[in-house]
Amino acid sequence: MKNIAIGILTAAALGLMASAASATTLDTVKAKGFIQCGVSTGLAGFSAPDDKGDWQGIDADFCRAVAAAVFGDGTKVKFTPLSAKERFTALQSGEVDILSRNTTWTINRDTALGLNFIGVTYYDGQGFMINAKKLPGVNSALQLSGAAVCVQSGTTTELNLADYFKANKMEYNPVVFEKLEEVNAAYDAGRCDVYTTDQSGLYGIRLTLASPADHVVLPEIISKEPLGPAVRQGDDQWYHIVKWTYFALLQAEELGITKANVDEMKNSASPEIKRVLGQEADTKIGTDLGVSNDWVVNIVKAVGNYGELFERNVGSGSPLKIARGINALWTKGGLQYAPPIR
Amino acid sequence: MASQEVLREEPSRASLINNPTVRGILYQCLVVALLVAGVWWIVHNTIVNLTNLHIASGFTFLRGRAGFDISDTAIAYTSDSTYGRAIIVGLINTLIVAFAGIITATIIGFIVGIGRLSKNWLIQKICTVYVEVFRNIPPLLVIFFWYSGVLAVLPAPRDSVHLPFGSFLNQRGFYFPRAVWGDGSWLILVGLLVGIAMAWFVARKAHLRQMATGQQFPVFWTSLALIVGLPLLAYVLSGFPLTFDLPKQSTFNLTGGFVVKPEFLSLYLALSFYTAAFIAEIVRAGIRGVARGQSEASAALGLRSGQALRLVVVPQAMRIVIPPLASQYLNLTKNSSLAIAIGYPDLTATTGTVLNQTGQAVECVVIMMVIYLAISVLTSLLMNWFNAKMALVER
Repeated sequence: MKNIAIGILTAAALGLMASAASATTLDTVKAKGFIQCGVSTGLAGFSAPDDKGDWQGIDADFCRAVAAAVFGDGTKVKFTPLSAKERFTALQSGEVDILSRNTTWTINRDTALGLNFIGVTYYDGQGFMINAKKLPGVNSALQLSGAAVCVQSGTTTELNLADYFKANKMEYNPVVFEKLEEVNAAYDAGRCDVYTTDQSGLYGIRLTLASPADHVVLPEIISKEPLGPAVRQGDDQWYHIVKWTYFALLQAEELGITKANVDEMKNSASPEIKRVLGQEADTKIGTDLGVSNDWVVNIVKAVGNYGELFERNVGSGSPLKIARGINALWTKGGLQYAPPIR
Repeated sequence: MASQEVLREEPSRASLINNPTVRGILYQCLVVALLVAGVWWIVHNTIVNLTNLHIASGFTFLRGRAGFDISDTAIAYTSDSTYGRAIIVGLINTLIVAFAGIITATIIGFIVGIGRLSKNWLIQKICTVYVEVFRNIPPLLVIFFWYSGVLAVLPAPRDSVHLPFGSFLNQRGFYFPRAVWGDGSWLILVGLLVGIAMAWFVARKAHLRQMATGQQFPVFWTSLALIVGLPLLAYVLSGFPLTFDLPKQSTFNLTGGFVVKPEFLSLYLALSFYTAAFIAEIVRAGIRGVARGQSEASAALGLRSGQALRLVVVPQAMRIVIPPLASQYLNLTKNSSLAIAIGYPDLTATTGTVLNQTGQAVECVVIMMVIYLAISVLTSLLMNWFNAKMALVER
C-alpha cells in the first residue's frame, strides 16, 4: 500500500511543486542540518537496524560518510527505510537526498528514471538459496525446474530470474512479495523451494532464518549486480559530492589511511597523502567540491576507509564473513578503482 | 401605458443581477472554470516538473516487454508479454477475486443475518459472535489470519493431506483433479444447456398451473433431474470422454491437476468473511424493517415460517437491503487491493511492479485510479438497475 501512497504523493508533489528552479540539494541539506538517506527495510550487512535501533551496514555507513564530508559530522543522517518498489519514487520526489539501498545500476534507471548512479560500492551477482535438508539431491540451479521461487517484486532480480529460467528452458512458479521481510517469512515457512536475490543478500538473509545451517547457497551466479548509491539528475554539485565521497573512501584505503591513523597521516611526508587530506597549502580541492578542505579526514574519522567499512559490515568483522573477492582494490586484483584526487 | 412599460421593464433588468436562476448559473460557471483551471494547472505543472527532473513520461511504455513473470494468470502471459498485458492480467485477477468474494460474502452474509434473528439461542449467539469479531478487525489482519495463521501451518508438499476425489491440501495450495475433455464431450455441454432450458420451461409451466388451478408440482426435483440427468446421459452416450488429470508428487511439489494458490485462497476467504459480517447486519436490518404484521399475516394464511420468510419477508426486505449491499460490494472490490500484502498478483500488485520496473509513477497511478473508478461505477450501475427492478412497482 505504501508505494501507492508514495506514488500518489509523488504525483501530487510533482503537480504542486513550484515550477521555478529550486535550491540546490547541498543548500537544502545544509539548511535542514542533516542528510535524508534512503535505505532498505533491513538487509544484514547493507542496511539494517541493530538492537539499539541504529542503522548498520555498507549502505548506511556510506550515507554517514557523505554527512561527514558535508557537515564534518557522520551522525547527521536520517534514514528512511524503503521497499524495492518505493525507492526510486522516494528519490525522484525529493523525499530522500541519497538512495543508498543495495540498488543495481542499470541503463534504464540511469536514463528513463531520472537518476544518476555515482559508482559501485559493492559488486554483486544474483544467486539461489535452497533448503538442503528438504531438497538433498539439488546442488545446481539447473536442477530447479518446477520449483516455487520466492522473489521480491520490482527488482532486477525478478527480471533476471525470468530470463534465466527461460534461457535454460525450465519452469518455475514465482512467489512474489513487495517487502523483503515478507519474502523471508514465506521462504522460511516453506511457501517456496528457492530464494533468489543478490548473493551477498542471501548470506545475510540465511543468518536470519530459523535454522541457518540447513540452507545452502547454490554456486551459480546468474547476473551482474553492481550495487551503488544514486542521486537525482540535474544537480551536478550534489552528484559530485556523493561520487567523490565514494572515491575518497577508496583512495584512503589505497593510501593506507585508516580511522586510527588519520591524524598522524596529516603530517605524512607523502605529498599525495597530504593533498588528499587537505593539508596542502592553499588547497582548493574541498572548497571547489562544495565542502571543507578536510573532508577526507572527516569521512575517514566517521566511517574509516572502504576496506574498514567492508570488513566491519560484511567481511571478516561481521557474521557474514564475505571475502573481498572482486570488491578488493584494483591494486589487489579487484575492481575497486578511484580516479586521482588532485 | 408608458409608466406601465417602465414598471414591466424595471424588474426584468434588476432580475439579471438578482435573479436567483441567473446567479446560480453564473456561480456554477465560475466554479467549473476554477476547477478546470486548477486541474489544468496541476497537469501542466506535473508535465513541466517531470521534464525538469528528466523523467520520461507518456503511456508508450505499456508496449514494452515486461520481463517479469506472474504467478496467477487467467490469460496467456509470459515474461515476453507487454507491460500493458501484465496490467490486464492483474485486472482480471482483481475481478476474479472480487466476483468470487461478492458471491460468497452474500451467501454467508444472508445465512448469518437470518441466523441472528433465529429463535435458536445457540445459532443466534454464534452468528452474533461472528459478526462482532469480523466486523471489528481490520481486513488486512483478517487476510494475515488466513495466510499466516491458517494456510501457512498446513503441511509441506511432501506430507500433503490427502482428501477425497484425488485432491490434496498443502502449504502451496489446494490441488484437485483437472477435467480433461475428450472427443465428443461437447454433447455433455449440450445436455447441460438443454437440461437448464427444460428446467426453466417446467418451472414456468408449473407456476402458471399453480396460478390457474392451485395445484403444485415438484419443480425442484424435476429440475435437478433434468440438469444433472441429461449431461450424465450424454456422458454415457458419447462413450465416457471425460478423464481427469490427477495431481502427482514430483521433486519440488505436486504437479498436474488444478491448483488454487494460498494467496488467492487467503484473500478470497478474508474478503468474504469480512464483508459477510457487514452484509449480515444489513440483512438483519432489512428483515427487521419489514412490518411484523406481514409475517403474522402469512402465518394466518397458513404459510409455514420458512415459506413466510421466502415468499413474504425476504422479497420486501430486499428493497431495504439492496442499496447498502451495493456499497459493501464496492468496499470488497476496493479492499481486494490489500492483496499486495500477501503477494496475490491483483491490479495493485502488478501495476505496482510495472511502476517500479519502468519508473512511470504518475502514469501507473493514473491507470490504477481510472480502472478502480470504472469497476466501481459499473458495479454501482448494475446494482442501481437491480434495485430498480426489485423496487415496489406501484399499480
